[in-house]
Amino acid sequence: MNSDTPARNTKVMNRFDLTSRLIAKLKNEEAVIGGIGNTNFDLWAAGHRPQNFYMLGSMGLAFPIALGVALAQPNRHVFALEGDGSLLMQLGSLSTIATLAPKNLTMIVMDNGIYQITGAQPTPAATVADIVAIAIASGLANSAWAADEEDFERLIEQSMSAAGPALIGVRIDDKPGVGTTRRDPVQIRERFMHGMGVREPL
Amino acid sequence: MAVAEEKNSPGTSETSWHGIVLQSLKRNDIRLVPYVPDRVLTTLIRNLYADPFFTTFPAAREEEAVGIVSGAWMGGMRGAVLMQTSGFATLANVLASLAIPYQIPLIMFVSERGTLGEFNYGQSLVCRTMRPVLDSLAMEHHTITRLDELEFIVDRSIKQAITTQAPVALILSPLLTGGKVFDK
Repeated sequence: MNSDTPARNTKVMNRFDLTSRLIAKLKNEEAVIGGIGNTNFDLWAAGHRPQNFYMLGSMGLAFPIALGVALAQPNRHVFALEGDGSLLMQLGSLSTIATLAPKNLTMIVMDNGIYQITGAQPTPAATVADIVAIAIASGLANSAWAADEEDFERLIEQSMSAAGPALIGVRIDDKPGVGTTRRDPVQIRERFMHGMGVREPL
Repeated sequence: MAVAEEKNSPGTSETSWHGIVLQSLKRNDIRLVPYVPDRVLTTLIRNLYADPFFTTFPAAREEEAVGIVSGAWMGGMRGAVLMQTSGFATLANVLASLAIPYQIPLIMFVSERGTLGEFNYGQSLVCRTMRPVLDSLAMEHHTITRLDELEFIVDRSIKQAITTQAPVALILSPLLTGGKVFDK
């Protein structure tokens, strides 16, 4: 975490710990979309669920994919986990989501200001931009930084009964993911569709 | 110009190209239609908005729209993406890392710019990358030039994409749509 990041009174937390806290809160087969790299590695490491979808490419599309799931299944809550570097690739999607305003979508941005997986280079936003401020300016009024782990859990719970989409920013450390997702895209997609109740196994 | 105007005339007539596309989407239960616009697609997009069967909206980038319909497919809702040639040129990464390896029946309608009277040099160049990209990924694609073949190609291609769980690009030629000409 770069100490020059614009002032936020937020604790630097850990991706795997936060992901585990999220998963522990899910009681209603909520969908979870894990963005490319460490974000989905930690989702995998937190314990596979049939309602998890792991991305193996297409950097930046966790929120658009989650939006699609949320539109298709308005009665199921959908979570999306995305890194700050990934989100920078697709900032326009924040406005698309704000316009469509699905109330069953919670976006979580894991912000360490670096491309950890490629060698911890800084992102262009690291020292100058505030992801939550960008989200608010994109029309996502219900966007906030989590001050600490307890605040994160509180924001997660709040988002599940919110009147519109929610975005939660979390500052995280520079640790790599704890596990490695099994890179089997067809099986990941098929299992996810079973988890979504769209298909039955053969 | 006369040809272009005639082919883009308003209305949902079953005999116009955009009317046939809209009805084919409906018949195949394709409800979610995000787009990045093209002048040629104006009437189709307007008629999609006017029909409550469809959820249609603009995306900021074509790959964003691909992500949205991919998520919707996995959630049990069918979609298609509308774009123009230059938009397709931004998609190689998402096709190769999402639609194809995850076996998602991504249905794309690409309004063809860059040929048959193009006035923008950049459009004519980027158009030349489209079919080589599709071919290099061994993707199903068809260029539709004739109104009498449109319904058959669209309807069969949608059904094939879904049953074989593979993406398809349907390229709408200026011969079909009238295209975009310099004085418009």
